[in-house]
Amino acid sequence: MSALTALTLAEARDGLHARQFSATELTAAHVAAIEAARPLNAFITETAERALDAAAAADQRLGRGEGGALEGLPLAIKDLFCTRGVATTAGSRILDGFVPTYESTVTARLWAAGAVLLGKLNLDEFAMGSSTESSCFGTTINPWRRAGDATPLVAGGSSGGSSAAVAAGLCLGATGTDTGGSIRQPAAFTGIVGLKPSYGRCSRFGIVAFASSLDQAGPMTRTVRDAAILLGTMAGHDPQDSTSVPAPVPDYEAALTGDVRGLRIGVPREYRVDGMAPEIETLWQQGVAWLKAAGATIVEVSLPHTHHALPAYYIVAPAEASSNLARYDGVRFGLRVPGGTLDEMYENTRGAGFGREVKRRILIGTYVLSHGYYDAYYLRAQKLRSLIAGDFAQAFAAVDAILTPTTPSPAFALGENSDDPVAMYLNDVFTVTANLAGLPALSVPAGRAANGLPLGLQLIGRAFDEARLLNIGYALEQAAGPAPKPARWWEAA
Amino acid sequence: MSVDPETVKRIARLARIRVDQDELAGFAAELNGILGFIEQLASVPVDQVPAMTSGVDLALPWRADQVTDGGNPEIVLANAPGRMEGFYTVPKVVE
Repeated sequence: MSALTALTLAEARDGLHARQFSATELTAAHVAAIEAARPLNAFITETAERALDAAAAADQRLGRGEGGALEGLPLAIKDLFCTRGVATTAGSRILDGFVPTYESTVTARLWAAGAVLLGKLNLDEFAMGSSTESSCFGTTINPWRRAGDATPLVAGGSSGGSSAAVAAGLCLGATGTDTGGSIRQPAAFTGIVGLKPSYGRCSRFGIVAFASSLDQAGPMTRTVRDAAILLGTMAGHDPQDSTSVPAPVPDYEAALTGDVRGLRIGVPREYRVDGMAPEIETLWQQGVAWLKAAGATIVEVSLPHTHHALPAYYIVAPAEASSNLARYDGVRFGLRVPGGTLDEMYENTRGAGFGREVKRRILIGTYVLSHGYYDAYYLRAQKLRSLIAGDFAQAFAAVDAILTPTTPSPAFALGENSDDPVAMYLNDVFTVTANLAGLPALSVPAGRAANGLPLGLQLIGRAFDEARLLNIGYALEQAAGPAPKPARWWEAA
Repeated sequence: MSVDPETVKRIARLARIRVDQDELAGFAAELNGILGFIEQLASVPVDQVPAMTSGVDLALPWRADQVTDGGNPEIVLANAPGRMEGFYTVPKVVE
């Protein structure tokens, strides 16, 4: 491993400005790390040549004392963001051959700030999953293994390529998207930081749509500071997304004082679920103790509709997905499988192009939206969303943020949850509420399970209160101490 | 409510997804598992509760009704699986 790939994004930024190394050296070190890490299957598309060209241009700007906030910093992008001239797959056969002619707003902002694209990262097909096992490009392997056990584990999902790449030091940071936990769960499974911002904080323009009322883009990084830096560039109003909120973007990095004295942190009793591993409960109590020691006040709160969140999500998300994915028709882009009639061509294309999990969700979505069922399912689920959002509004009258575990378990083995869709969905039990309520939520690595695997704690905040949320996360990170890094077994593989 | 293979066939047709005869029972079982899970919501009283239709409390913004983009057929058609004379092609629809 090169010393340059061990840097945090903030350290690399400062090193570039101090001319301790060049952007070209920094990018070349990451390109080499990516080549050595192919057994992890984190990347779908590598763009080494483009990266080195961009790094050379960044070096010129840095040499003139110019450059943006992310000048010369190599990042990788979940393959759900459209990147002009670089294939974008959403992990699906149905986008076979698709090369966008436009750029997503979030990635355009990163490149305008000087960041360097290393490549596109693996994900569950259309971001539907919690393990990247539904990707048509194969499963991403977690850089972490259980102590003394070489069984391959999943890196979480849907942003599993992003989590693996960041944890393995293949990029300084990555983008993810989060519809029900797809940034936070993989972050927890790989011992990194993942932030789902408030709905409307980052533009959804140019991101392949899954469930439009829930989807949000966010940063995945090795430290809270790095997440604050990336969010500062990713966030902001975009007229091309009608749900993008025209609110100013604060200086998130400047908010990281680590001072949480006087803040009130809620602990929701409903998040103590049956079958939760005892080490998760221990971790949670540890988080409570850390924040208390840092001067925060701990308050027990109640979010009484929590146990309805997951079933409501599994109505809203498939319903919106079935509508969004109607655009994959074999006419305008991607795969086309011929048929005798137009309808046959649609059916053949979609039958061959979509994988099992995506078909399942489109079928569920079509069913719950079909004639006579709309009120019983979709409308009822939207009402449950109101109740869940109301729970949070009530809690936030008394507290500044809410602390929970991120996941009910550490990373699991490939195939372990794939027989039963509902068992897989339970991965999202702690994360899905923030999506339904539109709130920001941050996962911070906070400890390890008995088997050595990383575990995460989640902080949920008020809408558009990311600055405070990141600062509380920073305090947790400081209390937990330096996050351990995985052994680099793949370099010997 | 329970989904049978005939219902799977009907909704697959609505969704324009080809599902072969031998796949219907498997999908029916999976869909019933998911529907059984979401069925628990039926017991929550929601008559007086408003529906939450967006992730953000924001009125849809207005903009001037004017053309801001367009005139780039090459860009629009660049990814078309079939094209002819500046149009997408599809199987014949009109006899």
